[in-house]
Amino acid sequence: MVKSLYEGRLAVDIAGLKMATPVTTGSGTFGFGLEFTDFLDLEKVGAVCVKGTSLLPSAGNKGQRAVETPSGMLNCIGLENPGSDYFLEHTLPELRKYDVPVIVNIYGHSPEEYGEVAKKLNVDGVDAVEINISCPNVKEGGIVFGTCPDAAAEVVAQVKANSEKMVITKLSPNVTDIVSMAKAVEEAGTDAISMINTLLGTKIDIERQRPVLGNITGGLSGPAVRPVAVRLVYQVAQAVKVPIIGMGGIMCAEDAIEFMLAGASAVAVGTANFVHPDIAETIAHGMLAYLDRHKVQNITDIVGLALPEGKASMPLFR
Amino acid sequence: MPKTIAEAKVVGQRLLNSSTKLIDVYAPEIANQAVPGQFVNVQVCKNTAPLLRRPFGVAGVNKEQGTFTMIYRIIGEGTHILADVCAGDVLSIVGPLGHGFDMSAGKPLLVGGGLGLAPLLFLAEGFGEGKADILMGGRTADELFWTKLYEELCPEMFLTTDDGSAGTKGTVMALLPQLLAEGGYDCVYVCGPVPMMRAVANACLEAGVKCQVSLEKYMACGLGACLSCACEGIGKRLKVCKDGPVFWAEEVGEW
Repeated sequence: MVKSLYEGRLAVDIAGLKMATPVTTGSGTFGFGLEFTDFLDLEKVGAVCVKGTSLLPSAGNKGQRAVETPSGMLNCIGLENPGSDYFLEHTLPELRKYDVPVIVNIYGHSPEEYGEVAKKLNVDGVDAVEINISCPNVKEGGIVFGTCPDAAAEVVAQVKANSEKMVITKLSPNVTDIVSMAKAVEEAGTDAISMINTLLGTKIDIERQRPVLGNITGGLSGPAVRPVAVRLVYQVAQAVKVPIIGMGGIMCAEDAIEFMLAGASAVAVGTANFVHPDIAETIAHGMLAYLDRHKVQNITDIVGLALPEGKASMPLFR
Repeated sequence: MPKTIAEAKVVGQRLLNSSTKLIDVYAPEIANQAVPGQFVNVQVCKNTAPLLRRPFGVAGVNKEQGTFTMIYRIIGEGTHILADVCAGDVLSIVGPLGHGFDMSAGKPLLVGGGLGLAPLLFLAEGFGEGKADILMGGRTADELFWTKLYEELCPEMFLTTDDGSAGTKGTVMALLPQLLAEGGYDCVYVCGPVPMMRAVANACLEAGVKCQVSLEKYMACGLGACLSCACEGIGKRLKVCKDGPVFWAEEVGEW
C-alpha cells in the first residue's frame, strides 16, 4: 500500500516503483538518508537513493576530495563506502524504519561483480538498484563502463539476470553520443534511466601551481551543470521508452519542473542537499504551487510537455 | 541533540585585527544546544555562487540572549561577503554540528594558533573562569590580539611569536615541553595549523598527557553525507564533520 501525500497529485510510478513525490535524492549526496532526519521527514521524500555500494568496503581517494567552483563543486570522493554486507546488516534496518522507497546505487569492478552486488540486495527493504556505470573498469584496463555502449549493456544484463528489483541505470554525460548509451542500456533491459552523473572537471590552485584535488580530476555538479543535464534528458527522452529520473543542479522546484518538461518522469536533488538539507522534502511544495499556477491536476501531466512531440504515453495537447 | 537550519539574525560584527572579524548572531536553537568544539555551516548569500556553506567553529554562546559568536579571517570569496553583513541581516545557519571536546580534564591546557583559537575560546568558557591555561602562538604580536578575548577566562597565558615581538620567540613548541613537564596538566586541547597540532600531539604522547585535536578539512555538507572531509584514522577513514572535528590525538592516523 503506497502512502498518499499531497492528495496524490505528486505521485509517480517509475517502472513499478511507486513514489509519493517525484523527488528522489542523488546517490552520494544524501548519505544513507539517516544523516538528514533532523531536517526533513524522510517519508515525504519520493525515494531515498543511498551512497554507491560495492561488494567489499572501499576507502575512497586520498588527498583533497572536494572544491567549490562557480555555481558548482568538483568532487573525487572515490566511492568510499562500507560495503554491501555492512549496509545490509547495519544501515538498511535503520532505513527500513521509515516508510520510503529505497534505491541502492551499486558499482563493481566487473560486470559479474555488479551482478553479485545486485544479488545481495534481493532483500526486503530494497526497492530498486541503480547501476553506477561511471567508475573505472578495472577488468578492462581503465575503460569506463559508462562510455562504451556494449560494456554498459553487459553490466545491465548481468544486473538484470541477478536482481529481483527494479533496475535503474545511471548514465554519464562524459560521452560523445548519450542516445546510443541510453538505447544500449534500454535494450539490455534496464527498467529506467537516471541521468546525469557528474561532468569531469579540474581546478588548478594558481598559487601552488598544482591541481586542487588529490585525484586531479573530479566530477562537476551543482547548478553549473543544469543546462547540460536538461539538454541530455531532452535528447534521451525522445529516444527511449523507459522512464527517466532527471538530475543535475536542481536547487528548487522550478529547476525540477524544467527536467520534467524535458521528459523526466521523476527527478533527483543532489548537491543541493549539502546546502539545503531539507530540500528533498520542501521542493514538493513548490511543485504543487506550479501545478496550481498552471491549472494542472497531477505532476505526471507535465512530463515531456516541452518535447517536440509528446511521447506516445503522454498527452499531446495541453 | 537535534541539528537545525536556523534563520539567524546578525546582532553585529567587529574587527579584531586587520583581517579578522567577530560576528554575533541570534539563533537560540543553536546557542542553547552548542557545546565547545562544535561548528556551524553558514550560507553567506542566497545566490548559487558561492554555492556551498562555510563552516565556522562556535567561539562562544550567550544562552540568556540566544546568541552565539563566530570568529573568521577574511580570506576568500565567502568570508569577503560575510564581512559585509550588517546587524539585522539574516543568515541561514545549519548547526550545531560535529562532536565537542571532552570536558573531564581537571587541569586543562589549551594550545592554539590562528583561527584555531576561536573554538578554544568557547572551550575556555566551558571550563569556566580561571580553570584552563592557554598557550598561544602567532607569527607576530599582531596575531595575538586573542589575549584580550582570553584574559578573563585564562589568567595564565603563555605566548610565543615566530619573530619574538611578543612572548617567547619561536613556536608553541618552545614552551610546551616545559609546561607538560612542570605544569601538572592532565589534558591538552590543541587547535591550529596542522604542523602545530602534529607537534603538540606528539609531545603530549611522549609526555604521557592526554591530548585532543580539533581538525579542519574542506567540507561541503557538514553532516557526514558528502564524505569530502575524510581523514585517515587508525584502520578506517574518519569524517571530520561527523566523527570529529574533535578527536583524541591517537585516533588520527594521517600524521
